[in-house]
Amino acid sequence: MGPLYDWLIAPFAEYGFMQRALVGALMLSVSACPIGVFLMLRRMSLTGDAMAHAILPGAAVGFLFYGLQIIPMTLGGLAAGVIVALGAGAVSRLTVQKEDASMAAFYLISLALGVLIVSLRGSNVDLMHVLFGTVLALNDEALTLIGAIGVTTLVALAVFWRALVAECLDPLFLRSVSRLGPPVHFLFLGLVVLNLVGGFQALGTLLAVGLMMLPAASARFWTTRVEPMCLLAIGIGIVSCLAGLLLSYHASLASGPAIILSAGVVYILSTIFGTRGILATRIRPASHLTA
Amino acid sequence: MSACVTFGDLTLGYHRHPAVHHLNGTVRRGSLTAVVGANGSGKSTLMKGIVGVLKPMSGRCAVAPGTSLAYLPQQSELDRSFPARVIDLVSLGLWPRRGLLGWHGARDKAVVADALSAVGLEGFDARPIDSLSGGQLQRALFARVLVQDSDLILLDEPFNAVDARTVRDLIDLIMRWHGEKRTVMVVVHDLDLVREHFPEALLMAREPIAWGDTRAALSPENLLKARQFHEAWDEKAALCAPGQGGAYVHRHGGHEHSHAAAKDAA
Repeated sequence: MGPLYDWLIAPFAEYGFMQRALVGALMLSVSACPIGVFLMLRRMSLTGDAMAHAILPGAAVGFLFYGLQIIPMTLGGLAAGVIVALGAGAVSRLTVQKEDASMAAFYLISLALGVLIVSLRGSNVDLMHVLFGTVLALNDEALTLIGAIGVTTLVALAVFWRALVAECLDPLFLRSVSRLGPPVHFLFLGLVVLNLVGGFQALGTLLAVGLMMLPAASARFWTTRVEPMCLLAIGIGIVSCLAGLLLSYHASLASGPAIILSAGVVYILSTIFGTRGILATRIRPASHLTA
Repeated sequence: MSACVTFGDLTLGYHRHPAVHHLNGTVRRGSLTAVVGANGSGKSTLMKGIVGVLKPMSGRCAVAPGTSLAYLPQQSELDRSFPARVIDLVSLGLWPRRGLLGWHGARDKAVVADALSAVGLEGFDARPIDSLSGGQLQRALFARVLVQDSDLILLDEPFNAVDARTVRDLIDLIMRWHGEKRTVMVVVHDLDLVREHFPEALLMAREPIAWGDTRAALSPENLLKARQFHEAWDEKAALCAPGQGGAYVHRHGGHEHSHAAAKDAA
């Protein structure tokens, strides 16, 4: 067995926890990265971040009553995320306030509530666990949940693809030909919450957004069409997860941050070297075409 | 001559201030109408009311049942930075036929290709939309209207920032739709263009000033009346009492126009 095997394959071949981490991270990439692409294209990149904070009090309530158990914390997170998404959406649609402001208001309330609830019972270590997760401790329940969320997301994306694209590209046009606009918007927010909840056992509430947004933001620098952008984002997500897990194994780094930092490296390389990145758009060839 | 759109004492507006005030009348099926008026006179608002994205404050605006509608807004919410090609944008026009899940087959693709060549955008299929000029984008949006193949076509200032040749091409398309007995309403600012190409005109100044044969509707007296309209909202405007305001009656056939009641309301 060569050093390449030792480096790349052995950790996953020899340790069950690494296999689980890999399976979980791959499923998360396939599901969350396309969602991230649409968040970015709808200029809602920071909404993902806000929603991740919004999940906290729900997860904290689950934690308060059941301790570090995945099902109660997940259900709690899901409920809190949906309440905040609906509340912020309702305020922006029914009043003059735009969604960014209403979303900020709701998630800040939610975050403060969450930290308060966690501090009622737990220690700082517990809070760290909720905020940053542990991909190396995924159990069967967690993997099943992530798998189910992935399947739901892909099916919903396939069915509503055309409406999602139309709602991003030309919302007024969609309103003139169909009533699907508002439902699709809320369905999409639901998928965002679902994927953040799926990611939070592995990466924590805060870093789950990283796996959603960084591959999407990187893919933007390479292509001018949505479909390849989603596929590329998934690919970048998978590579980042692999790299992050291997780095964390070999260098004894925290796994969640290692995955997100790997995605961060891809992002920075893409901004510089991407076909629509800094070098390609700033450095022009000396000659130009006639038309 | 059946009605395509019927306005019944229609008032549309924002925050209790009317932008279209007590409009009555019908748009005949197959008619070609220019909607004319100063900025803020309620032209775009009327379009939004017909499309249904703006609900009436009072009265009603009824589009004949079964009428398919295509709308090209003045302020498009189109996101030009979205990673889409021209063909993706124009294919959106297939929505009324194929909906959310219907397959875009070979015939649909041919329809889209025909529309692109009809607006002079052959070979632009794969161009990203952020690389189009203003006029090219407007042509692409007309192609989308073509693909929609609708009975009622509403165009809100389609000739803005468009060069003379493109205006001519777009006018030709509008004439083609008119020839196909579609109902077309176009918001236009260029009165010469209206006189030359549009058989009917609706002159607005919040209240409808005149509606009917273009020569008569755009008479100097009517234009003067329209010019006296005050664009700004009056925060202290009196409430508009029932029966008050310009109870404007518009009938086709004899083109009778009557102005009842005082015009001093709001």
